[in-house]
Amino acid sequence: MSGFTFSDEQEKEITRIVAKYPFKKSAMLPLLTLVQRAEREVSPAAMVAISKKLDCSPAYVQSVMSFYTMYHAEKVGKYMILFCINISCQLNGCDKLLEYTAGKLGITVGETTPDGKFTLHREECLAACTEAPMMRVNDIYYGALTEQRIDDVLNSLD
Amino acid sequence: MTQILFKNINTADLHTMKVYEAQGGYRSLKKAFAMQPEEIVAAVKTSGLRGRGGAGFPTGLKWSFLAKDVFPRYLCCNADESEPGTCKDRELLLKNPHLLIEGMILCAYACRIETGYIYLRGEFHDLSVIMEQAIADAYAKGYLGENIFGGGFNFDLHTHLGAGAYICGEESALLNSLEGERGEPRMKPPFPAVEGLYAQPTIVNNVETLCVVPYIVNEGAEKYASIGTKKSAGTKLVSVSGHVKKPANYEVVLGTPVREIIYDLAGGIRDDNKLKAFIPGGSSVPMLPADQVDVLYDYESLAAAGTMLGSGAMIVIDDSVNIVETTLRLISFYMRESCGKCTPCREGTRWLYQIVEQIMQNAGQLEHIEKMEDICDTMATNTFCPLADACVSPVVSSIKYFRADYEKYFTNVSTSLA
Repeated sequence: MSGFTFSDEQEKEITRIVAKYPFKKSAMLPLLTLVQRAEREVSPAAMVAISKKLDCSPAYVQSVMSFYTMYHAEKVGKYMILFCINISCQLNGCDKLLEYTAGKLGITVGETTPDGKFTLHREECLAACTEAPMMRVNDIYYGALTEQRIDDVLNSLD
Repeated sequence: MTQILFKNINTADLHTMKVYEAQGGYRSLKKAFAMQPEEIVAAVKTSGLRGRGGAGFPTGLKWSFLAKDVFPRYLCCNADESEPGTCKDRELLLKNPHLLIEGMILCAYACRIETGYIYLRGEFHDLSVIMEQAIADAYAKGYLGENIFGGGFNFDLHTHLGAGAYICGEESALLNSLEGERGEPRMKPPFPAVEGLYAQPTIVNNVETLCVVPYIVNEGAEKYASIGTKKSAGTKLVSVSGHVKKPANYEVVLGTPVREIIYDLAGGIRDDNKLKAFIPGGSSVPMLPADQVDVLYDYESLAAAGTMLGSGAMIVIDDSVNIVETTLRLISFYMRESCGKCTPCREGTRWLYQIVEQIMQNAGQLEHIEKMEDICDTMATNTFCPLADACVSPVVSSIKYFRADYEKYFTNVSTSLA
């Protein structure tokens, strides 16, 4: 298995994270998040690296990782679009807008564009129901979506 | 209208220490530190404050259940806001992070806790940045850290991000997740107050609950108890979403009629359509039909009407909707979010989904409704956590009140459930 090494900066961040907890296993999610955000995936090699930091087996890391929807075994796009389809957004027409977004990107829901720029996922409630319909692109919430607003958001991303 | 949590929510830069302090922020600490910790627990009991995350358990009572003389103890703020329809904690965290910190310091002092975590859902990464800045500012001011105000009290506070799992809003699943495990619920008892984080006594409280505590310390428990109804004291943040003209988070005095919330605060039904149904406490509570819109918004009145106040999310549905579509969407949610630990939930949510999908494809029969009710009977109260019961709520209530919507799909085509 090809090696995975943390950068010096990541090593410092890991030290800071682990110090927050009396037991270092608690740093599991933060470390997975650190890797996912930097690599856009959590590879088997990264799981091994995390397991060494936390004194547990790589299989254990994988069992935790596979429980949570925000970690991905396959690389996701530079922009991760989470499109809320839960009740408040459904009542405000999200289904058509999701279809529109997929059509605009030329992919089906769950896929990544061939250039690796966008991944589109159907997402459960993101806690912005009063701004429905809404989506989250990387860390940013966009509410009151219309076809025009979706165009504007996607066009604004490099 | 009495505003406690949202009184100054739209003040510019309220999230900064300077503005928060100028608004009277952190002044409860001096008063609290002059009191015995037990006096604060007693005050929270007297105030009548109940957990605002969903279960509505009396907060002071929860605090008093901590295992005696067992240390260290932990405080976890549940900021895993994921109940469909609910977005009130997000607004508090975004605009008023110091209010939560102040509330957590008070709880920690009252319960003799020296370490706290704010468990934010993974999608709230933006809020974790705001929260960490606020925490850093509170350390710089000496409100957090060692020997606060020279009184010998220590309290460290950290953020912790989840990673996408509705179930982690259930307190024992949250604790497992915080320990670096899969977010599966634990067997209860023991409850977290006895054996929680790292098997130590732990308080888990919702964001909104903790944000109320500074008011109780500043203004007195009796004043808080005098707001609202006798058994449902205080105010509640209500996220009004769906088919209303002005969807937003509103702070209402408990006991306010639902009609006032939907028609006065939220401006009534969009396009002047007719109200068909409303879900008063997030997707996990039974929906009610339009003719019950005069029910009062408090724990007891909603319970008497056969539903719950839950997380305080009012989802409003107009008469353009067939309730079966809405119900299927909610079943789909619970199916996807079931952690799979308990069979009735793991299998039941899938069976319900398959049956309702079949009905919507005009391949249903009356007996399918009986089958759904039978599955719901098996799911309810037979699992480690309430996720299965939550899925049962929209299903049973939709059948109870909107059976005609199901019948619209029935044809004479005979199909077998297999």
